[in-house]
Amino acid sequence: MAKISRRIFLKDAATTIVQEKPTFATIDYIDPSNKTLPRHLAKTSTGLTEYTGLFNEAQILHLLRRTLLGLSKADVDFFKTKTMSEAVDSILNIPPNPPPPPLNNYGNNANTADPTVPFGQTWVNAAVNPNLEGARMSSFKSWWIRLMLTPNRNISEKMTLFWHNHFATQTTIVQDSRYVYKHHSLLRANCLGDFKELVKQVTIDPAMLVYLNGEDNTKKSPDENYGRELQELFTIGKDIAEHYTEDDVKAAARVLTGWRNSRTNIASFFDTTKHDTNNKQFSSFYNNTVINGRTGTNAGMDELNDMLNMIFAHQETSKYICRKLYRYFIYYVIDESVETNVIEPLAKAFRDSNYDIKVVVSKLLKSEHFFDPLNMGCMIKQPIDQVIGSSRMMELVFPDASNIQTQYAHWIYLQQFSALCGQDIGDPPNVAGWPAYYEDPQFYELWINSDTLPKRNLYNDTMLYNGFNRFSFKLIYDTISFVNQFPNPEDPNALISAISTLCHPVPLSQASKDTIKKAYLLSGQDSDIYWTDAWNTYKNNPTNAAAKKTITDRLQAMMKYMFGLAEYQLC
Amino acid sequence: MNRKDFLRKSITGGLAPVVINGMGVKAFAENPLMQFLGKATHDDRVLVLIQLNGGNDGINTVIPLDQYSKLMAVRSNIAIAENKVLKITNNTSTGLHPGMTDFRNMYNDGLVSIIQSVGYPNPNYSHFRATDIWLTGSDSDQNLETGWMGRYLDQEYLDYPNGYPNANFPDPPAVQIGYLISPAFQGADASLAMSITDPNSFYQFVSGTVDPAPNTPAGHELTFLRLVAQQTQQYSAVIKAAAGKAANLSTLYPTAGQNSLSDQLKIVAQLIAGGLKTKVYMVSLGGFDTHAQQVVSGATDTGNHAKLLSQISVAVNAFQDDLKKLNIADRVLGMTFSEFGRRIISNDSLGTDHGAAAPLFLFGTQVNGGLLGTNPIIPGSATVNDNIPMQYDFRSVYSTVLKNWFGVTNVELNNTMLKPYPTLNVINTSATGISERDLLNPESVSNYPNPCNEYTTIQFNSSGGLVRVALYDSTGKLLKVLKEATFTDGTSSVTINTSHLAIGLYYYQILQGSAQVMKNMLVAR
Repeated sequence: MAKISRRIFLKDAATTIVQEKPTFATIDYIDPSNKTLPRHLAKTSTGLTEYTGLFNEAQILHLLRRTLLGLSKADVDFFKTKTMSEAVDSILNIPPNPPPPPLNNYGNNANTADPTVPFGQTWVNAAVNPNLEGARMSSFKSWWIRLMLTPNRNISEKMTLFWHNHFATQTTIVQDSRYVYKHHSLLRANCLGDFKELVKQVTIDPAMLVYLNGEDNTKKSPDENYGRELQELFTIGKDIAEHYTEDDVKAAARVLTGWRNSRTNIASFFDTTKHDTNNKQFSSFYNNTVINGRTGTNAGMDELNDMLNMIFAHQETSKYICRKLYRYFIYYVIDESVETNVIEPLAKAFRDSNYDIKVVVSKLLKSEHFFDPLNMGCMIKQPIDQVIGSSRMMELVFPDASNIQTQYAHWIYLQQFSALCGQDIGDPPNVAGWPAYYEDPQFYELWINSDTLPKRNLYNDTMLYNGFNRFSFKLIYDTISFVNQFPNPEDPNALISAISTLCHPVPLSQASKDTIKKAYLLSGQDSDIYWTDAWNTYKNNPTNAAAKKTITDRLQAMMKYMFGLAEYQLC
Repeated sequence: MNRKDFLRKSITGGLAPVVINGMGVKAFAENPLMQFLGKATHDDRVLVLIQLNGGNDGINTVIPLDQYSKLMAVRSNIAIAENKVLKITNNTSTGLHPGMTDFRNMYNDGLVSIIQSVGYPNPNYSHFRATDIWLTGSDSDQNLETGWMGRYLDQEYLDYPNGYPNANFPDPPAVQIGYLISPAFQGADASLAMSITDPNSFYQFVSGTVDPAPNTPAGHELTFLRLVAQQTQQYSAVIKAAAGKAANLSTLYPTAGQNSLSDQLKIVAQLIAGGLKTKVYMVSLGGFDTHAQQVVSGATDTGNHAKLLSQISVAVNAFQDDLKKLNIADRVLGMTFSEFGRRIISNDSLGTDHGAAAPLFLFGTQVNGGLLGTNPIIPGSATVNDNIPMQYDFRSVYSTVLKNWFGVTNVELNNTMLKPYPTLNVINTSATGISERDLLNPESVSNYPNPCNEYTTIQFNSSGGLVRVALYDSTGKLLKVLKEATFTDGTSSVTINTSHLAIGLYYYQILQGSAQVMKNMLVAR
């Protein structure tokens, strides 16, 4: 059944006719929080044709906001010498070597002494230890934050997060840190790889076999959990009215019987005795496909291959994934024009490339549609982007590798703040991932409510003023160092413009910038000279505490304001 | 009955199918009748929704003892030992899970209504789809973009969020305890719930100049963000104030951090007692998706499901005790729900797969305590596909809550539930006077002649006593109280002079107690 628009729904539902909203003077109200954009909003019909327009600061900022977790001034400068195509290619160029694994950062403490893994060594291949699982999961999440903070200027972190959201698992349910790490490494290594292969690997991945009960799925008692989500969430989706049946769920579960985990080998294996060797009949949605029951050690893999061939033969699989990519990189509203001009050709490219993720992401990022001004600044940042991105922009300094315990303690602080804002990486709310990427009609707006919005501001305010102090190391924004990067920090107009450009995808008016300048940098005065003098006084005598305090106070207050504007939540 | 109540009750029944001047109820925001109706939403009843995420195994929660041998046949590895099942008063065929002692005691004290096998036709077995169905109140094959509570509250808080909060409506319509707001509260234009995790801790925003939002998708999101910021700032003050006015009085709550549901309900009790006029609260407890290790092998009264049910039992009992001590128990109704029950037959992993209908609990001093419906029928040789069919549509429960707890008008009920559903006898209506509505017989109310010119005679059948007859114009504005007098049991009539009325449509209302009928009449010449 087709979706009913809320207006039509109200008309049908009530025996009354709903009149248009009367206008009120109190707020300039343009109907936020819904799916159908207000009718007076401009719409775009741009498609996948390669973008050939200007590639200036505005386009670079847009590209980086959407593909990295935040951006620093240095990141923007780095891309200024490139063409659009070079810039996208560079962003899609991920170094082949995996990052070094997470380490034992906890064994310094008597309560968490690790009998098998020395402090500073990795635990990812060690024997499972229930007493240390909490500490190891925390080590894993800290380590992940560190990778996100690393200024590598490629798309790996955003893509890894995309797949974490797509093939969502929860550490609290998997309860084996080695499986969690292995699962994560699989997503990371294949984040721009072959999607079909990725689905296959995820299906028999130990963490997923735990998370969706695949390891409990036997011929005697099939467990439908994975067989359902494979279709509903991971491949075909439910965007279209026609979809797989409940019997298809049961048949898929039977295809997948027999996969088990070995805690010793930290790997899955196929147990022929638990596999259902009968034929599996699928519905007309899959053209009544029969997957022949197999016996022997390859039976599980052969039947899985057959089933994925069947699922991927349905064009909806490619479209469903392209819609998810679209909502992750562009905007959540997919109207007819977007479906025709973007999703369908993109899905075709996906199929034609044998499901090469890099091909479709490249095509999308290089398109006219991506650089369409109407698609700029309309995403609400995911919380991790808010926390990591702010920290990266402010070039927050973390402890060096000489003290692992201190390093990890500071990384996990960022993770915990993101969790407070509604995104606990490693632990999405359920197998569907975060509702901001699927819950109709609000989508990204679900990140924002009366609980989370204040906390998003609290992170930056904490880092501006008090910082976070642990093991005698304080994380705190160095506003003077931040401002020093800009060409003319003594000029309050240039400074505010440059900072706002980095912070706000929807530009501030000159009047707003003037207000900020007067209120924060000029302390209510009218002449720019007050700031210029204060800055120069400090620069001429950087050890003078009073001079430093004068500018620090003003910069902190100004940055608090910049972060507090609603514009800062967008990307 | 005071004037507020009078106006509150005055738009039921007869007005339902009427489109007034081509406009609906929402369009009346600025006319006096609707404004009074809006204010009347301050009546002080509260609904607390407890969502059990994951799909609760109903068969192991409310246990059909009368079919125990069949139960053992289909789920022997997880079935609760017969002698461990908690007995309930006046009922030998049904029992409760052994983890629910406190809740059983509440049941025996008449504080719990158990409704058996609640579901909907053509059940869906996907968590996400099934959750959407429950939260939006849709049919199995229907996609609604508004939540059931959103549709209800949209009518109580007209034109929300535009102009809210304001002097008449200082408090949020709904409060969700947690990080994420449920789709149940999605209204036509915005979510009607405010999300909080700690009522004492809100963070202040900057305020200052605001540039106009551009006419683009980015401007659309910007406007949304600004609205949340503005409302948070305004609502946070009233929530802090409410939290500051009352403290929890029950000593039965477990230590903070041990029972998440209890921690959430504590906040709810504190805010209600603190005078917050919020009508609906939602709290949640996750972990019910018990595909595996639902029970401990050989000790089936322990394990994950037992822990969850025990948490519910302890938390709800402490909450009820708190409400009583805070002297607000009569104002609060609680309701549990879960997206589905679980399969009749268990699996080999000591668990159960996704199922269909399951029992639902209502609790509070104003429920009609007891058990509604019959035990689900357990087939002697169930197959993996067998499920519990529904006895009661969940929307029947919603409709009953709206009608008999909040006392919504038929128009509101129809706008919220979209279709008529049977009302269940699970809420005590005698205390509310809502049953008085039945005293007036709507069929008996008519006027003649209609259309009229100089005069018309309004006839009605009442049970006698004080009856008021009033006339409204086509915009819903009260023109005149035509008669307010004591009538005798039976048919009565009032003749009115209509010669001074302009040609057009009018409404007359007969009101007795809180029962009322409204009908239309035409003046023509």
